[in-house]
Amino acid sequence: MSISLQGTIGRGEFERALNFSVADGEVLAITGPNGSGKSTIIHTIAGLISLRSGQLQSDNITWDEPSTRIWVAPENRTCAVVFQDLRLFPHMNVIANVSYGLRAHGVAKDEAMTRSSVALTRVGLSSFEKRRPNDLSGGERQRVALARALVVEPRVLLLDEPLSAVDASSRAAIRDLLPEVLSSFAGATILVTHDLGDVEAMATRSLGL
Amino acid sequence: MKSQRISPALKVVAFIAAIFVALPLLSIFVRVPWSDLGHMLSQKSTRDALLISLQTSVIAALLSCLFGVPLAWFLARSSTKWLSVLRVICITPMVLPPVVGGIALLTAFGRQGIVGQYLYDWFNISLPFTRTAVVMAQVFVAMPFLVLAVEAAFRQSDKGLEEAARTMGASPSRVFFTVALPAARPAVIAGIALAWARSLGEFGASITFAGSFPGRTQTLPMAVYELVSVDYRLSLVLSLVLIFISIAVLAAMRDRWLAGR
Repeated sequence: MSISLQGTIGRGEFERALNFSVADGEVLAITGPNGSGKSTIIHTIAGLISLRSGQLQSDNITWDEPSTRIWVAPENRTCAVVFQDLRLFPHMNVIANVSYGLRAHGVAKDEAMTRSSVALTRVGLSSFEKRRPNDLSGGERQRVALARALVVEPRVLLLDEPLSAVDASSRAAIRDLLPEVLSSFAGATILVTHDLGDVEAMATRSLGL
Repeated sequence: MKSQRISPALKVVAFIAAIFVALPLLSIFVRVPWSDLGHMLSQKSTRDALLISLQTSVIAALLSCLFGVPLAWFLARSSTKWLSVLRVICITPMVLPPVVGGIALLTAFGRQGIVGQYLYDWFNISLPFTRTAVVMAQVFVAMPFLVLAVEAAFRQSDKGLEEAARTMGASPSRVFFTVALPAARPAVIAGIALAWARSLGEFGASITFAGSFPGRTQTLPMAVYELVSVDYRLSLVLSLVLIFISIAVLAAMRDRWLAGR
């Protein structure tokens, strides 16, 4: 099992009990209205927020377990996030954004650049390497964020509302691209969305909040 | 854009305030012995003071940056309950009379000082009345200006980008150097300029802790102070140099501080 979460997240009225696991090759869609704590799940798995109680495991390694005070720092978790607001680094060009994770993991510069170019080609942005994120359209930025997440070959891919930052005109193109990319991704994917169209297009399973 | 109407009475008061600041500065321009300027600036004592001022203030600005930026980062991101106390301590030199800062430095690093006695007894190091002491006094007084400017920038910067970097495998120090610091770069540059200008003008703490020895510790402001009673014309020339440097700093920082609206 690639990732499993059994426990509670959030605080006060946003506290929520969860119990799910996702296997390699699966795409679990977590759906629910805005404010239902979907993003909190992504942030908890990524290690930006701690679990309230329970246990989060990936490949039988515990990432977060408040009762035993086990907590793995975000940089040591083998997951990658495509954030709802993308969070591309504005002071770096596209290739530097994509290669950032590889360089942080100690991959040599030349190899990081080569792998990043391949990842960008895969999302259809081969000629965008030197551009800055602010010079791109919403759809193009979304593709960069996707390439940036996939290039590190994570065990778990976390997608937070992957189509929310995309304008209507490029939404269809991204919706075509995502299932294609996900079908060749070997790890587990968790997709958080309020859009049932996303679920239909990408998910193998869904969980309502 | 049409400017807002301002009442005539306020205009008069504003004019008086502006004149009050401008008149003394203009007076120096009027009274400076322009014909002897080149000769006076080339005197050894003048060159010594200018060189010591430039050397110590540049080193002080760089040290303020080297230590002040990590301090600003800590103040902006730490959640320790002593944070507000620490911040007050760190920026106290901004409001402290500089001469008190000099006394404080003597008490800590003087030969009989809390730390200084051991530096002297164990390593035979005596800091007061050296050029190192000039730099220390300047850092003491100037670093808080940089810390405040850079801390504000760190607070305003997007924490989401730092989180994203963490999830991509970046260690906290890598996040600092590759994401947080580039975002705060304009504030760091402004902070260095501010710390440098403040170091260049430093007088009270330096003269107390380092003394005013020509050719060794005497900076431009100290030379100006000592020359007032001995060679008033030369003190005017040195004052003019300091005014020009101040205006140059303001001009370089005009986008930041002088933007009208």
